[in-house]
Amino acid sequence: MDVQFINPFLEGTINVVKTMAFVEPKPGKPFLKNGDYAKGDISGIIGLAGSVRGSFALSFSESCILRLVSNMLGEEIECINADIKDAVGEITNMVSGAARQKLDLVGISLTAALPTVVTGSGHTIVHLLGGPSLVIPFETDYGPFVADVCIGKPQN
Amino acid sequence: MNNDSKILIVDDFATMRKVIRNLLKQIGYENIVEAEDGVMALAELRNQKIEFVISDWNMPNMTGLELLREVRADSNLCKTPFLMITAESLKENVVEAVKAGVDNYIVKPFTAEILNEKIGKIVAKYQ
Repeated sequence: MDVQFINPFLEGTINVVKTMAFVEPKPGKPFLKNGDYAKGDISGIIGLAGSVRGSFALSFSESCILRLVSNMLGEEIECINADIKDAVGEITNMVSGAARQKLDLVGISLTAALPTVVTGSGHTIVHLLGGPSLVIPFETDYGPFVADVCIGKPQN
Repeated sequence: MNNDSKILIVDDFATMRKVIRNLLKQIGYENIVEAEDGVMALAELRNQKIEFVISDWNMPNMTGLELLREVRADSNLCKTPFLMITAESLKENVVEAVKAGVDNYIVKPFTAEILNEKIGKIVAKYQ
């Protein structure tokens, strides 16, 4: 996967989490992921199409997403509920928008589908291109989360 | 418009409506109504006096852009200040929204300060 696809998602993730949830995520070393398993307790995934295609997902540990959404809403949330699922979809949507805006500046125009949210231990993320995906791990004071990107030209 | 003015938030994500409501409270606006999409928003606009609309772009049933066009085409609503919120600022979208009569737009993510600044600019334009 071309690295030019990755930085916009990395920067978009940091910007969205910092601005909306007042938490500064620290990115770790990206790695390739084979297989559909998710790296978190709840994931948002969004399909992307245009001059290239693929999908982007965010997978959060429960402790992390509870803090992020509690900060966003200004109220304490203690378990994964409808508000959390809704917020994961919206955060995924916002990061996708921020990344697509940056990709558009380098001539890669993408449209996004509506995000889907999946929860539960052992849930999977099925990328449109089948994988492998590049995973960017993030650490926060409240637990980890990952950005999981699989974008490229489809192989026939 | 003053702090008692009624503001309509239109967004299909309940959490985003809550986030915007909280940001509006932080900058002094508490008289807020909500709608989940353009269709519901149009009904609210026709049922009560709403002085400012903050609408998401991408929504099912009726998008923010379609809502904006309906508002501008309605002689009773056409002068309602309209702020569009979008997850992206692609040039063609901005041009389309400006042509349809949007007063300003905000790209997500945004802070209370940015929201306040945009509302202030729109209010000044209508005075």
